Amino acid sequence: MNILVCVRRVPDTSENEIQLNAEGNDIEREELVYSVNEPDNYAVEEALQIRDRVGGTVTVVTVGGEEDEEVLRRELAMGANQAVLISDDAFMGSDGRGIATILKEFVLKGHYDLILTGVQADDGAAQVGGMLAAMLDYPFASLVNSISVEDGRLQVSREIEGGNREINEIELPCVLSIQTGINEPRYVGMRGIRQVASVPIPTLGAGDVGVNPVTVGQKAARVKRVDYFVPTRSEGAELLCGSRKENAEKVLELVAAKGGLK
Amino acid sequence: MISPFSSANTHDWLVSSRSLFLTIHIVGILCFAYIAAKRLALLVRAERDLRFDHPLTRAGRVVKFWLGQWKHPRYKFAGTLHILIFAGFILLVARTFSVLIGGVNQNSVMPGLPGRVPHFYDIVTDYAATVVFLCMVIAVVRRLVFKPARYAVPPKYGKGRTADAIFLLGLIAILMLADSLFAASHSSQGRPIETLAVLSLPWVLQVALGSASLATLAAVSFTAYLAHELAFYFLLCYRPFGIQFHVETSLFSIYFSKLDRERLKPVRWGVSDERLDQVKSFGVKKFEDFTWKHMLDFYSCADCGRCADHCPANAAGRPLAPRFLTIKARDYAFRHYPVFGKANNNRPLIGDIYSENEIWSCTTCGACEEECPLLVEYIDKIVDLRRGMIDDGQVPQSLQKPLKAIESRGNPYGKMQKKRAEWTKSPEFQRTCDIRILDGKSDADTLYFVDSITSYDDRMQSIGRSTARILSHIGEDFGILGAAEKDSGHEVRRFGEEMLFMALRDHNTDAVKASRTRQIVTADPHAYNALKHDYKDVPPVEHISQVIAREVKSGNIRFNPVEDEDKVFTYHDPCYLGRHNHIYDDPRTVLDAIPGLKRVEMKRSRDRSFCCGGGGLMLFYEPQEEQRMSVLRVRMAAEAGATVIVTACPFCMANIEDAIKVAGMEGKMSVLDLTELVDQHIVRESVAEIEETATCGG
Repeated sequence: MNILVCVRRVPDTSENEIQLNAEGNDIEREELVYSVNEPDNYAVEEALQIRDRVGGTVTVVTVGGEEDEEVLRRELAMGANQAVLISDDAFMGSDGRGIATILKEFVLKGHYDLILTGVQADDGAAQVGGMLAAMLDYPFASLVNSISVEDGRLQVSREIEGGNREINEIELPCVLSIQTGINEPRYVGMRGIRQVASVPIPTLGAGDVGVNPVTVGQKAARVKRVDYFVPTRSEGAELLCGSRKENAEKVLELVAAKGGLK
Repeated sequence: MISPFSSANTHDWLVSSRSLFLTIHIVGILCFAYIAAKRLALLVRAERDLRFDHPLTRAGRVVKFWLGQWKHPRYKFAGTLHILIFAGFILLVARTFSVLIGGVNQNSVMPGLPGRVPHFYDIVTDYAATVVFLCMVIAVVRRLVFKPARYAVPPKYGKGRTADAIFLLGLIAILMLADSLFAASHSSQGRPIETLAVLSLPWVLQVALGSASLATLAAVSFTAYLAHELAFYFLLCYRPFGIQFHVETSLFSIYFSKLDRERLKPVRWGVSDERLDQVKSFGVKKFEDFTWKHMLDFYSCADCGRCADHCPANAAGRPLAPRFLTIKARDYAFRHYPVFGKANNNRPLIGDIYSENEIWSCTTCGACEEECPLLVEYIDKIVDLRRGMIDDGQVPQSLQKPLKAIESRGNPYGKMQKKRAEWTKSPEFQRTCDIRILDGKSDADTLYFVDSITSYDDRMQSIGRSTARILSHIGEDFGILGAAEKDSGHEVRRFGEEMLFMALRDHNTDAVKASRTRQIVTADPHAYNALKHDYKDVPPVEHISQVIAREVKSGNIRFNPVEDEDKVFTYHDPCYLGRHNHIYDDPRTVLDAIPGLKRVEMKRSRDRSFCCGGGGLMLFYEPQEEQRMSVLRVRMAAEAGATVIVTACPFCMANIEDAIKVAGMEGKMSVLDLTELVDQHIVRESVAEIEETATCGG
């Protein structure tokens, strides 16, 4: 099975102190540490595990700039067969639909049985997977937390409210958005990255992928960010400042008062 | 010497059975040679291990740990028993060979023992055989009736080995009995009774044989001789299949034991750091990735259980017991590299005999290695297994985050590098404590290496400030690296991520060199151990407790008496200060120099200290365990009657502080770092210093 995983490089939320910039239209990006978007990493791991079970290849792709090569390299070190960087000045400022358009053209250039994305990017809006499926006219399943491969189709499950699981059957080729927790992504150490340091990562521009530059980028974006702010602390939050024992008792009391204990 | 086979005592059976004895000899020796060759063949397929250096030092260790049985008295009863058996064996070696050779060559005489020595030797060995025999009886009774807990095998680790142990003990008893009976029956046939040592086993047997006829005596003699020979060869050939192989291998195990225990094994012996990139696979993944010495360790383990008895991970119910790490490996070796049939090893060890959790459970505290009478190495094996897991990406999610943060931020918390010196920034602290950041603009004699936890953890920053104030008080010209410092990488290395460690080491080494300091002080034993043993080309390093002890002795540091005289203090030895670096007395000297301080020792102290739960990355690992090691430790302190635990390591502090809360002992027990205690009690003379304690003490 040939699997394509769409990944994205994002500021690592566990290692950054996210602050607004002076203009108030974005976060302060200087000194940020970036890493691969966490759900995307689970998607790559899942792709590798499927490949190791049934054979095939895993390709990792991202739309971005030169600096995004770092995450592709990490996924190669995890065991992906190849990585592709799609980069063009014309793509700057694309909205979700723009990214999906670029990826659609890329997918049509290759032969992929299965396309995986992370459930959403830490700084994204969970749009690309669904749109990509619609543009390709492929079936789409979201929030997938297990995959089993059957002849020409997959059984995928998702968790629904209350911890229940729902199993769906889906025809190949298809697009799935992968939930964290579907597996335990393997560790990539410095040695692994060094070992793939010389593996070439092709960079494709708008022309290579066959994207009409007018359909993507900032001008074509139909969703535009207009503000960015940190919500102010409001009423309604109660801080417990007693000892551990007092706090525990108070919590019990509050939960019981709201009918949480029966 | 009057050989038992001298002409006067030569009997028909000896002559007529000569070919039988010769056959037994040949078959026995061939069998043993074949088995030994098979066992050795595996060692040849193992990884390299450079252990052929320092022959004199090694010989000295053989004298101390093998001949001198140095570690044995750590367990008084079992140790004494073993020393007696071992001494008996050593004494009996010549006699046994003399008896064995006598079966085929009646003219044999013990070589090199002129005059009265042989007679004296006979008496000594008569008693030796008796003592060994009695020890066997005691050992069997001990195994069957008293059943020491440490011999028990929990079901998850397989079947108990009591039957095998008793079988082997019984065989030795038979060997002794046969030897004695042979001596007795022989003696009765001609030699005067006084040649036998009074009240020895041969003597008792001779008395029992009394006035038996010569024919009976000859028959007894023959039977005893045959039994002795069969028991000897059976034991020789059976031992390489079980827990008594150490009789043969221990001498070599101890001769080749690790000389510099404080240093970790390199990824591959004989491969320099620069060439590591060319190594295809890191660490131990399959059995043959172990070094030959580590395999020899597996053969040599006597299954005495002392390691597991002292292992804090085992005590806390984690899925690790060093003993079974070895026993499982030995069983694996015997199963996959059998004496008869072909070797069939191709499975990875993790998931087969070891589990991931088992290998991550170790805190590398070194308690097991400290106990082992055979000097079996555990930390290197654990680290090698972890290197293999890291290489294959088998790392728990709980550890992946901090490892990645260390890679990108230089600390496991993912905090900004530029904030590494934030703990020095409070104006009160800065006003009175002269602390400089050695960023190239200022110089100092001494570098205070802070390391990650003390730099970033709110609670541990207090240790940093106390350390700085103490250095300031004694007039040390010192500074810190600030943002140029990265995690020392001590646990990074011990968790198997060698390449990341090397990057950290190289970065810090450059930073230290750029600071142009002449010595390093740290209050973190893990950083101390890393800088001292894992780093090269850095100035000499001291732990702050060494500095304080020296200043106390020279009178530069004097203490005010303790305020609350009801408090009872106990000192908890951090593993990487105590066991790994033998600094036991300095912290105690400091404590005892504080007037009015009452100090008690915990049962598990000094080289038997009980690990608090581990430092560095271990703080992030989520182990499977029944209870926390630190809770066990806090209970030990309470048992000793202490109300304050003093330690000298920020990780011990973190673990013990948590444990006091978990155990519900807040108010009854507290924990302090040695530097904090010193900082609180130091006699300050200058006005500035007094002001400083008033504003930012504690």
